[in-house]
Amino acid sequence: MTDINQLKYSYSLRLGDNAWILSHRLAEWCSNGPILEEDLALTNLALDLIGRAQGFYKYAAELEGKGKSEDDIAYRRNERQYFNNLIMEMPNGNFADTIARQLYVSVFEYYFFRELKNSKDETFAALAAKTLKEVKYHMAHAADWTIRLGDGTEESHKKMQKALNELWMYTGELFEMNDVDSELMAQGVSVDLSMLKPKWEQHIIDVLKEATLAQPEDIYMQTGSRQGIHTEHLGHILGDMQYLQRAYPDAKW
Amino acid sequence: MATDSQLDLWEVFIQGRNGSHHTHAGSVHASDKKMALQNARDIYTRRGEGSSIWVVPAVAISASNPEDAEAFFDPADDKVYRHPTFYQMPEGAKQI
Amino acid sequence: MNNENTALAQDERLRSFEEYVGEGKAIEPRDWMPEGYRSHLIRQISQHAHSEVIGMQPEGNWITRAPSIRAKQILLAKIQDEGGHGLYLYSAAETLGISREEMLEQLQTGKAKYSNIFNYPSLTWADIGAIGWLVDGAAIVNQVSLQRTSYGPYSRAMVRICKEESFHQRQGYEIMANMMKGTPEQREMAQDAMNRWWWPSLMMFGPHDGDSPHSADAFRWKIKRHSNDELRQKFIDKTVQQAEVIGLTIPDADLKWNEETGHYDHGEINWDEFYRVIKGNGPLNKQRIAHHIKAHEEGAWVREAAQAYKQKQAQKYN
Ligand SMILES: [Fe+2]
Ligand SMILES: [Fe+2]
Repeated sequence: MTDINQLKYSYSLRLGDNAWILSHRLAEWCSNGPILEEDLALTNLALDLIGRAQGFYKYAAELEGKGKSEDDIAYRRNERQYFNNLIMEMPNGNFADTIARQLYVSVFEYYFFRELKNSKDETFAALAAKTLKEVKYHMAHAADWTIRLGDGTEESHKKMQKALNELWMYTGELFEMNDVDSELMAQGVSVDLSMLKPKWEQHIIDVLKEATLAQPEDIYMQTGSRQGIHTEHLGHILGDMQYLQRAYPDAKW
Repeated sequence: MATDSQLDLWEVFIQGRNGSHHTHAGSVHASDKKMALQNARDIYTRRGEGSSIWVVPAVAISASNPEDAEAFFDPADDKVYRHPTFYQMPEGAKQI
Repeated sequence: MNNENTALAQDERLRSFEEYVGEGKAIEPRDWMPEGYRSHLIRQISQHAHSEVIGMQPEGNWITRAPSIRAKQILLAKIQDEGGHGLYLYSAAETLGISREEMLEQLQTGKAKYSNIFNYPSLTWADIGAIGWLVDGAAIVNQVSLQRTSYGPYSRAMVRICKEESFHQRQGYEIMANMMKGTPEQREMAQDAMNRWWWPSLMMFGPHDGDSPHSADAFRWKIKRHSNDELRQKFIDKTVQQAEVIGLTIPDADLKWNEETGHYDHGEINWDEFYRVIKGNGPLNKQRIAHHIKAHEEGAWVREAAQAYKQKQAQKYN
């Protein structure tokens, strides 16, 4: 791989992993939703994300140039080789926990893909344009539910606030940048994450205000995903996800 | 605990593409109109069936009574003069 | 009007209803209908809806372990469709004057049934193939026949469902076909799934025609269009060939082509097992309902919050 392809590969992997791991979590809602309609809505979010992961993995495989498939990339790596943000692997918890995760992530992704759409890399730009449409919907879904739960019953308000507070510490690393970011940024390929933070924060504050919820306190921010250091949850996700691929390495499904 | 609520019933109308009518597709449950629209979107347009959605609270729909069907609809049966085929055109007239 | 006159008027209504249905015309929610017709429909449609919804569980069991991106996508979309089918059918039943709350309560208290087949476990990935191919395959034979049922909302729901079902059976068959082309372990897994799902699939059509309760009314009212045995035979005839093409063996020593009838003869179904599972003693009856109740109860505060929010908004703007 040339240097630039190596960098793009890392970037594509990161974006693919975010979508792939979050889709795995959302898919766990299937047959567990609070009402049948919402069950199907959560599944739709998951399906959008699986499609997105596929796009970024395919590109990663191409950049790597070793003849791997999207599935090789999705299924045949170890815990330390995944680069999704920690928030994506957080358990679904109750419905408020899932909605808080969706809110933080989808608002971030909205601003992120709005920028990536202008990437000088055509594939990133095209994938971002497609993703942006989906993310707008995800964001509306999450914001509407945040408001309903925040301004619903006393119980739902409490649960929603707790969920927001608990996940807050995983939002910091969404904006964390390393060499991959800075070098690709210099070439107009990647997004300046530091620019997104104030927009993201304002957007979240606006939603929380309408939802009669308080902005979580600035506490310690946990990071690690850029180095492939995860929470304990990821290993369990992979154990499930990779079971067949690992148990029958020669099989095609 | 309060008795269970499966939320309110809404009727869903989908327009397949611009220019066509909105037609009844089915129903969804939802507590407010945003939710009703999103649910309708997630349930009735998963295969690209729609370009526009209307949702209407089921309680807001008035329907004609089948008992009145004769009085309502039979009187239209003999008004053949409303249809173009009722009229005899002189031979040879064109584009009419 | 005296009682005798009322009774006569009832008879007259029933006669004209049956004549109307007999001509193949559709009944709509606000039309007059005999109570028996209404209650039979509610039972049948809600049972069908519950089957779609409970049926999400055995397949959902494999979502997180689906072996490829494509497989995961397909399985998730397929299960989501089944949820949608449940929803269309609940809506159709609601037009008959029963609420979804009531139907769910009947399901959770065991008053309403769902298809027995979903009380069996999905043990390996091949079961996902077997379910799509055999269970959806059996269901679609029944559903196609119900597209022309006499109750309008039910028939419209069935038309939509059949359209969506068309990929379900194919995706299952594709899984089985790929496994049969795969490693010896995969072939073994596929045959094992076939062995476990074949007989329960045949049971999906219900008891033999002679032992089937409520049939006569259902036929006259065009709620049921073909008999259990007729539909079962249709399913067997088309499935045997499909199994042969991919090299699977049907686990029935008595299965053989009958030149005279133009159909396959098959061995006897284990009806003891059928009735035992219906009565609640299948491998997973209790778990399936417990799963449904758990999700339902854990979602109660969410539904309450949504209602409370709606009421607050209404107060704000009034
Ligand atoms: Fe179905
Ligand atoms: Fe199906």
